[in-house]
Amino acid sequence: MRYLTARKRAEGRGAAGTGTEHHWAMTVSSVGLAFLLPVWLYIFGSALGSPREVVLETFARPFPAIVTALILVVGMRHFAMGATMMIEDYAKGTTRKMLIIGAVSLAWVIAATGLFALARIAL
Amino acid sequence: MADAKRPPARIERPLSPHLQIYRPQLTSITSILTRITGNGVIVAVMLAVWWLLAAATSDSYFALANAVVTSWFGDLVFVASLWAVWYHFLAGLRHLYFDAGHGLEVATAEKLGWACIFGSVVLTVITILLVQ
Repeated sequence: MRYLTARKRAEGRGAAGTGTEHHWAMTVSSVGLAFLLPVWLYIFGSALGSPREVVLETFARPFPAIVTALILVVGMRHFAMGATMMIEDYAKGTTRKMLIIGAVSLAWVIAATGLFALARIAL
Repeated sequence: MADAKRPPARIERPLSPHLQIYRPQLTSITSILTRITGNGVIVAVMLAVWWLLAAATSDSYFALANAVVTSWFGDLVFVASLWAVWYHFLAGLRHLYFDAGHGLEVATAEKLGWACIFGSVVLTVITILLVQ
């Protein structure tokens, strides 16, 4: 007698090994970024090329600092997951694992560096 | 029922068309561009975060980073990435629309593809004018 239900036996056996979590997480972060990006492009674009005092003054204000922090966290998570998807399509085996680890690490390093810089400027 | 026990004859199935001989279509080009632009933007993000770190650190470090981001190289990276991120933005919205089950007819999908291409160029120009 089989104790597992048909559903339990099928779960996790799809091509991705998981369900739709990856796709849904990308959907959620893309909607968030769709709102954040135009605002952040204006903030960053206006500050780029300015003297240091202007840059420090800009990112010390709450709104630019919070939008930049959100872009870093949500954006780098979105990048890490998107890059993972791309690597999974083109690489396999150990190369795939190493590239995914590299891409995810790069995303976290960028996010941490940006947040550190923001904290130093804003706090 | 001896027939049922015999292994089934191997069926020669056609292979799916390979990428190199597949005729490029607007829908496939706009799809792969979404991936290329999304991943390519990381270069500008690294440059931007380095510039912000330099601003947080010291005058001399900022002078170096500022010289790089305002050089022709910095302009090239940021303008190219600005177009890329706007393209990725529009293509992403198109994906959300597709996911909701709309715009999947070929004629509509192609129109949306052109909208992404031209829209991204227009948004890039508008952004550059706004942040001048």
